[in-house]
Order: sequence, then C-alpha cells, then structure tokens
Amino acid sequence: MAYNLKEVMANKPSRFTAGHRMCAGCGAPPVARMIMRALHEGDHAVVSNATGCMEVSTCIYPYTAWTDSYIHTAFECAAATCSGVEAAYKSFVKQGKLIEKDGEKTKFISFGGDGGTYDIGIQALSGAMERGHDMTYVCYDNGAYMNTGIQRSSATPKFADTTTSPAGKVIPGKMQSRKDLTQIMVSHHLPYVAQTIALANFKDLYEKAEKAIYTEGATFLNVLAPCPRGWGYPTEDLMKINKLAVDTCYWPLYEVIDGVYHITFKPAKKLPIEEFLRPQKRFKHMFKPGNEWMIEEFQKEVDKRWQELLDLEAITNK
Amino acid sequence: MSIRERLSGNEASAIAMRQINPDVVAAFPITPSTEIPQYFSTFVSNGQVDTEFVAVESEHSAMSACIGAEAAGARAMTATSANGLSFMWEMLYIASGSRLPIVLSLVNRAVSGPLNIHNDHSDAMGVRDAGWIMLFSENNQEAYDNLIMAHQIAENKDVMLPLMVCQDGFITSHSIENIELIEDDKVKDFVGKYQPEHYLLNHAEPVAMGPMDLQAYLFEHKYQQAEAMRNAKKVILDVADRFEKMTGRKYSFFEEYKLDDAEIAIVCMNSTAGTSKAVVDELRSNGIKAGLLKIRVYRPFPVEEVAKALSHLKAVAVLDKDDSVNAAGAPLFTDITSAMYACSNVHIPIVNYIYGIGGRDTTTKEISRVYEDLQEIAKTGKVENPFRYFGLRKGGK
Repeated sequence: MAYNLKEVMANKPSRFTAGHRMCAGCGAPPVARMIMRALHEGDHAVVSNATGCMEVSTCIYPYTAWTDSYIHTAFECAAATCSGVEAAYKSFVKQGKLIEKDGEKTKFISFGGDGGTYDIGIQALSGAMERGHDMTYVCYDNGAYMNTGIQRSSATPKFADTTTSPAGKVIPGKMQSRKDLTQIMVSHHLPYVAQTIALANFKDLYEKAEKAIYTEGATFLNVLAPCPRGWGYPTEDLMKINKLAVDTCYWPLYEVIDGVYHITFKPAKKLPIEEFLRPQKRFKHMFKPGNEWMIEEFQKEVDKRWQELLDLEAITNK
Repeated sequence: MSIRERLSGNEASAIAMRQINPDVVAAFPITPSTEIPQYFSTFVSNGQVDTEFVAVESEHSAMSACIGAEAAGARAMTATSANGLSFMWEMLYIASGSRLPIVLSLVNRAVSGPLNIHNDHSDAMGVRDAGWIMLFSENNQEAYDNLIMAHQIAENKDVMLPLMVCQDGFITSHSIENIELIEDDKVKDFVGKYQPEHYLLNHAEPVAMGPMDLQAYLFEHKYQQAEAMRNAKKVILDVADRFEKMTGRKYSFFEEYKLDDAEIAIVCMNSTAGTSKAVVDELRSNGIKAGLLKIRVYRPFPVEEVAKALSHLKAVAVLDKDDSVNAAGAPLFTDITSAMYACSNVHIPIVNYIYGIGGRDTTTKEISRVYEDLQEIAKTGKVENPFRYFGLRKGGK
C-alpha cells in the first residue's frame, strides 16, 4: 500500500505520546513518533533507550511517554540491553512460555543519540548487530552530546562550535571530520541499513522504518535529528534545516538492502553547502571574512562523500 | 539418591546452571571463569537446556543483556572474574537498583593492575556495595549448592535482588574434588518457575523500566532496596532449611567450626577455610582451643549473628584476601570490627591479616603462625599492630 501521511496519522495510533519534555524544535520526537507509528497494528514492541535527551525527557518517574514496554539501563548499552530482551523473547517462544496469535509480532527497537551510538555505545552496537538479533537500532544523530550541554562527538561536523570544540582565536571549532557510522554498519553486512530524516511528509522516514523493523535480523537506521540549542536555529525552522541537509547532500538519503545501495533521494539541483551552514549559529565563525577556506573545505568533503555514495550505488547495482 | 561425582568448581557450577535451565545466559570469556560458559555452551549445543546463549562482545554487554533478559521476564545468568566484574560495575548497580534477580557465578581473581590471573578477593570486594547478595563457597560442593539455592533467595518477593556466588579462582574452580550432585528433577522442583510481577514481555501490561528517577523518589527507592537486603536474611535461612531437607547439607550465614568452646579464632572466606580447618584440628589435638568462623553470606552482612558468635573469644584474626589500600584495614576486617562495636558489649582484641594476594599460596604453616599470634594476644589482651600481612616476602620486596 502506497504511503499516505493523512491515512497514517488518522488510522495509526501514536505510540509516543504528547506530554514528554523534549525541547520545542527538537528533531528527535517526530522521528521517534513516526518510527513507532511504522509498527503494524496489533504488533507489540519493546523499546530500549540509551541515556540521553530522549531518555531523560520521555520517562521521568512516575511517567512515561511510551505506550509500549520500555527499558533504559545506561548510556553505552541500549543495543546490548535490547539483545537480552530479544534473547528472552526467543527463549520464551521456543519454550511455549509466550504464545502469540497468528500473525501477531513482537519487535525490538533501540534508540540512542549519536553520543550513545557513534561513541560510547559503538562496541555494544557492533556486538548486537554482528550477533544478528532480530532488532532495529535507531540512531537519532544531532551531532553532539546535547543532553550534557553540546559537547563534540565523533558525529559532530568539522568546524562546528561546541563546548568542547569551541571556535576560538587559534582553533576554529572541531578540527576533525565526522565519522560515517552508516558505512560502518553497512560493513557489518546487515540485511538492512538506511540513512534517513524527517522531511515534510515523513515518507522516507516511515518507509525505511517499516522496512527496518520488519526485515528479519539486525537492522540499522541513522536519522539526522537537528537540535535547536546545539545547532543554533529558530525552533520553527526544524523542517527547513532538515530539507537543507538533504538538498545540499550533507545528509544523503539512502538504503542498503543486502549490500545493494539505493539512493532514495537525489536533489535535482544540489545546493551549495553554505545554504545548510548559514542558518546555524554553530557555523557562524565560518562566515567571517578570511574564513572562506573553511566553507570550501567543508564543500569538498561533502562532494567527496556524495560521489563515493554515487559510486557505491553504481557498483552494487551492476 | 544423590549422585557422587568428581568435578572441578567450574564444572560443578556449569552443571548447576544446566539443572537450573535459565532462559538466557549471556557471558564473555575471562580466566578463570571461562570454563563455565564454555561447558554451558555445549549443553546449549546439545539441546540439554532451553537457554538462549548470548555470546556477547564484553562483560559490560553480558550484564546489560542479562538485565534486558531479566527485565523481559526471563531467568538470566552469567559468570565472570576480576576485570570482567569490574567492567560490569556500572551495570551491577543498575541490576540491583532495577530489582532484577540475576544470578552471577563469580570465580574470584585479582583485579588488574598489574595483570594477574590468580586468586584473591579484590574483584568481589570492589562490588561489595553494589546491592548484590554475595555468597562465598569453600569448595566445589558449596559453589554448586549455593547456585542451586540462589534463585529461590534472589527471586523471593520480599527480596528481588541479584545474587552472586563466589568461589576461589583455580584453587576451587580448577581443582577436581568429590561432590554430591542432586538429581535433575529435584533441582527443577526446588528452583521452581520464575513468575515476576511486572515484565517487559507481558503483552497485557506494557511496562517502563529504568526511568529517570529524581529527588522526589530515588531516596525511597534506595530505601526499599536496603529493606530488601535486610529481608534477604530471613529468606536465606528459609531456603537453607528447605535445602537441608532435600540434601541433608546444612547452611547458614556462616559456618562455625569448633567455635563453641574456642578461645581464639580465625574469620575467613572461601577456600582458606578448608586450610584453616586442618590447622584447627591439629591445634585441638594439642589441647589448644582454636576455632574458625567461615563467612558464607557476606552481603547481607549478618552483623548481630557474627557479633554473637565471636563475643566469647579471647582473640580473633580476620583474614582478608584483598587489601583496601586505605591505610585502615581490609574489607572483612572493617566489617567484623564494625559488627563487634555496634552489636557486642565486649571488647575483644582483633587483628587483621592481608594474605594470598594475586594467588600467593596459603599454607597450613602460615595459618598456624596466625593462631600462635592469637595465643600471644589472648595472653596479653593487647594488639600492638592490628594491620598485618602473612605470606609476604620480608619488607615487601
């Protein structure tokens, strides 16, 4: 059935309720809500959440924003925790301790920010993915440790001004390029890996979430989720920022199914990277006279990674 | 009829796990506990258990996966040693704070650094405040028996705390000794089924676990956890009673070996108790009233009972296979002295010996010397230096 936003919103209940305490203009809650909506009606889910903004704002005792079972343990082990829940499920089904109706399914979904995924949680993530647990790991990537107050992570883009990579008189922000976690996950030879974002009608996000959740085995979604505090954009501009990330090819949308790359959106006109950088305060210093080289270098890196992706698509579809 | 066997501590522990048949085992290899998941994997491979075995990529993930599984409603078990337990440290607190009765087999080994794979108790002592019930085992039989009793203690509604069973690395884990095993069906009945009140895979009642727990609630939740640890004392004795009815083997908080009429005594844990018993017998045959108190239940620490058991003595030596490196006495010593101060009206001279660090051999000769020291202390009633070592080269060089 073709995706229709109105139908999805009207007919599928939200499994991530209003009343959570995430910031206005944060990219993460619409992502979580839409991914949970991609679950089929009647199916159950257990969510495992890494410590981070999402966890501390959606499950404050004695409240929870999650209508499905939910577990948080620590920062670096959402994937390992989820793998234990999934192992318990398998054991129960094998022993007849959990009997499900015909067609009824239980799905396992982990959510972690880039800090909990690219950095401190990468070992547990890699382990769980390699072991092939039937689970989906979702990284909502806002490009820094936002929960603790905007510290650089390995997902932080080059030159970004963060509290541990401040743009100073000598060092102009973070001096390293970002890690490409999606590629690392592809190298695990998983049945489904995708990079996505919340665009206007959520089609790309919803469809990839559904595929990830309902593909048997370990699957991975990397979702860019802007942070108004860390990135420095007006809260109402979230969807604009998302669109610019995609139109400049800073955040390409693609999926890798059994090793075959499919770029799911190719902008008719690839916008220059300034369009994405300019509205964000974290890149403000790059626009000072004399710093043109920073923008040029940033553009080169974006172009290089985009071309690599085009090449990978061409090679794997031969 | 029980089954007579000859097994190492690791083999005995793996067999106990097979008989318990947990839903999930998540483990990572580390000397000297590696054999436990290794033997257990063959039970899984051969279809002798219903367990999902999760061969995790680290001990941190082993405990995380056990937490996930236990929270999901499963019985989850693991085994580790030394640095493996240290790596789990963060998750040990989350397991107990989340009130998940996970059972862990700890094969005691020195924590790095420098690296050493042999036995002491620094691993267990590093987690003594993590909110886990801690049982110590003199030999393979006790390691096995403690594991069989573990779930009935940990899963009791008034307890709901994780539990670790300790045994000495190599000395117990790798030595083959006689053992009496219980029949599979008897263990199955004894261990029973785990039926948690709330669990993640209860589709009729989704539940959120591990919330952000702030100033308004955490204190009460921690108090409830402390209450559970206090409640565990009665449950441990109840389970020991049931176990005795099944096997004839008697367990309590500690074992008193010729302590009733003793004038001097050693307090120690795990395999050193076996060595000390031989010395006590020798001294007794020479008319010296020596005794031994072997701690089995280290957490909850049976303060009143320990104080009562020791208060008739003239001198006590507490042997610690760990050094707190605090210039103030090792863990068991401070626990014992604090129990004596809080729960006894008599002042008894007590001396601390740190010994056996990093697998240094502990001999009957050395234990005899401790009793000689105690005789001297009993005579004078004075302890010149309460912080001592034995088995250490002269000057520590």
